[in-house]
Amino acid sequence: MTSPAPAADLARAVRSGSRSAADVLDGYLAAIDADEEEIHAFNLVTAGSARTRADEIDRRVADGEDPGLLAGVPVALKDNLCTRGVATTCSSRILEGWLPPYDATVVVRLRQAGAVVVGKTNMDEFAMGSSTEASAFGPTRNPHDRGRVPGGSSGGSAAAVAAGFAPVALGSDTGGSIRQPAALCGVVGMKPTYGTVSRYGLVAFASSLDQIGPLATTVADAALLFDVIGGHDPLDSTSLDRPTPRALSVLDDGVGGMRVGVLTEFMEGASPDVVARVREAAGALAAAGARVEEVSVPVVTLGLSAYYLIAPGEASSNLARYDGVRYGLRVDADDIVAMNTATRSEGFGAEVKRRIMLGTYVLSAGYMDAYYNQALRVRTRIIEGFDAAYRSCDVLLGPTTPTTAFPLGEKTGDPLTMYLSDVCTIPSNLAGHPAISVPFGAGDDGLPIGVQLLGPALSESTLFKVAAVVEAAAPESPAPAGGGRS
Amino acid sequence: MTDRPARLTRDEVAHVAALARLELTAEELDLFTGQLAQVLDHAADVSSLDLAGVAPTAHAMAVTNVLRPDEVRPGLDRPEVLAQAPSVEDDRFRVPRILGDAP
Repeated sequence: MTSPAPAADLARAVRSGSRSAADVLDGYLAAIDADEEEIHAFNLVTAGSARTRADEIDRRVADGEDPGLLAGVPVALKDNLCTRGVATTCSSRILEGWLPPYDATVVVRLRQAGAVVVGKTNMDEFAMGSSTEASAFGPTRNPHDRGRVPGGSSGGSAAAVAAGFAPVALGSDTGGSIRQPAALCGVVGMKPTYGTVSRYGLVAFASSLDQIGPLATTVADAALLFDVIGGHDPLDSTSLDRPTPRALSVLDDGVGGMRVGVLTEFMEGASPDVVARVREAAGALAAAGARVEEVSVPVVTLGLSAYYLIAPGEASSNLARYDGVRYGLRVDADDIVAMNTATRSEGFGAEVKRRIMLGTYVLSAGYMDAYYNQALRVRTRIIEGFDAAYRSCDVLLGPTTPTTAFPLGEKTGDPLTMYLSDVCTIPSNLAGHPAISVPFGAGDDGLPIGVQLLGPALSESTLFKVAAVVEAAAPESPAPAGGGRS
Repeated sequence: MTDRPARLTRDEVAHVAALARLELTAEELDLFTGQLAQVLDHAADVSSLDLAGVAPTAHAMAVTNVLRPDEVRPGLDRPEVLAQAPSVEDDRFRVPRILGDAP
């Protein structure tokens, strides 16, 4: 068995000279031209610089050089990844027009591997959201049903891959922001172990939870991207100074003898069609030689509350830097506090304000112990709960999201209901563990469903291996709807 | 058992907004008070637990201070950085009055 890898195939064709990077790029730019106006996956399409870059790749191939593992592969970048001299907005008015003076480490590594950046993708403002509706520049639409959300916060990256605007993309995942949109858009999305991918140049939301990861149409392409962007970086002091698990080389090893636990708590809140798909995936793993059993980790049900105390706390501190002094928006006023206040009040959207205030509140004197410190203790319990499960299992299996994609506007008026769509993804962030969402057929409404595999810290090799088996057994995934469907 | 804090009030939200350097309209204040109180009510499952003796985890992966040799290295390009600032004077960020009235 060899896992399909369209992006890797493109790179192979470009490296061998059988196809030009310029030709590859033109195909994707044509798809963007045809559908981007309606999907709105991008805040910025960098067609001009991408063409220059593709020509450079082709020249290097002609000169006998090897541009790398991603030679000529178009990549879409979430708009919270810094690109030197190229606008990086986090989908916020407060950073509109900002040109970062440096590249994120992942951007440097993609370039060193020969990738071609095609644009910066839409997201919930500062990655705070689960539907990409909290973007200051308007929502992204789900390519499978344009009346529905793509998920979030990396909704633009997921939609770009699902719509064929790029074969691969990068997102960031603080509470599920790669895996949840990947599931809702029918693509693969992976959150690595905290510290395996450098956060240098990722605009900070919640620093102890944020992690950059790949989105792709197949498990093998996600593994390739992970191998390229991972590894120690002295520019990120939380980067792990140890060998990063390799993903691509182990993909076809199979799951014989592996122990898979179906996570009871994730199944309990999910809709029947989602539960049915997860059961089918479990059956496929058993048929492939894994030992499958039910596993309960009751404490994960506290993850949502703990997350919505910890992440806003960290965010309120991180977002204090948007003060109108060094970059971004400034709204003038007579003294500095009035200027700071006017700038932030005009520059931030409602969801960001909510989270900053929630975070400020739970960190304030008198409430810190009851809320924030309690949440940190629950975090300890969640890690202990997972540790116990991983004594009897190699990986855990469950849904990525409780339901398929929901209609635009359905949850924007009710933040708590919106937050609940991350209930199955949050625990991995709190634990710092890796997890991957793999498309697995459709729901009763014909929309994509993702199943999620979770593993202990630094278990990426195992996760990708299991994911490849799940992918091979998956029912045919729904194709994105053509233009005009609403 | 940790005592559960009283329900969030509109005045507290106004106070927190001021601390966070945010100015809210009366409508925003009403809306956010209800929404934030709802989130904190949901968080009662965490705040009401007895977790005495459980160590808090601020960071899932063990991290320690990371030092590098104290050697001069190039930093960011100053003109490139200053070009992004809303207001600059003499290679520095210019801001409105910070203390009291100008002499």
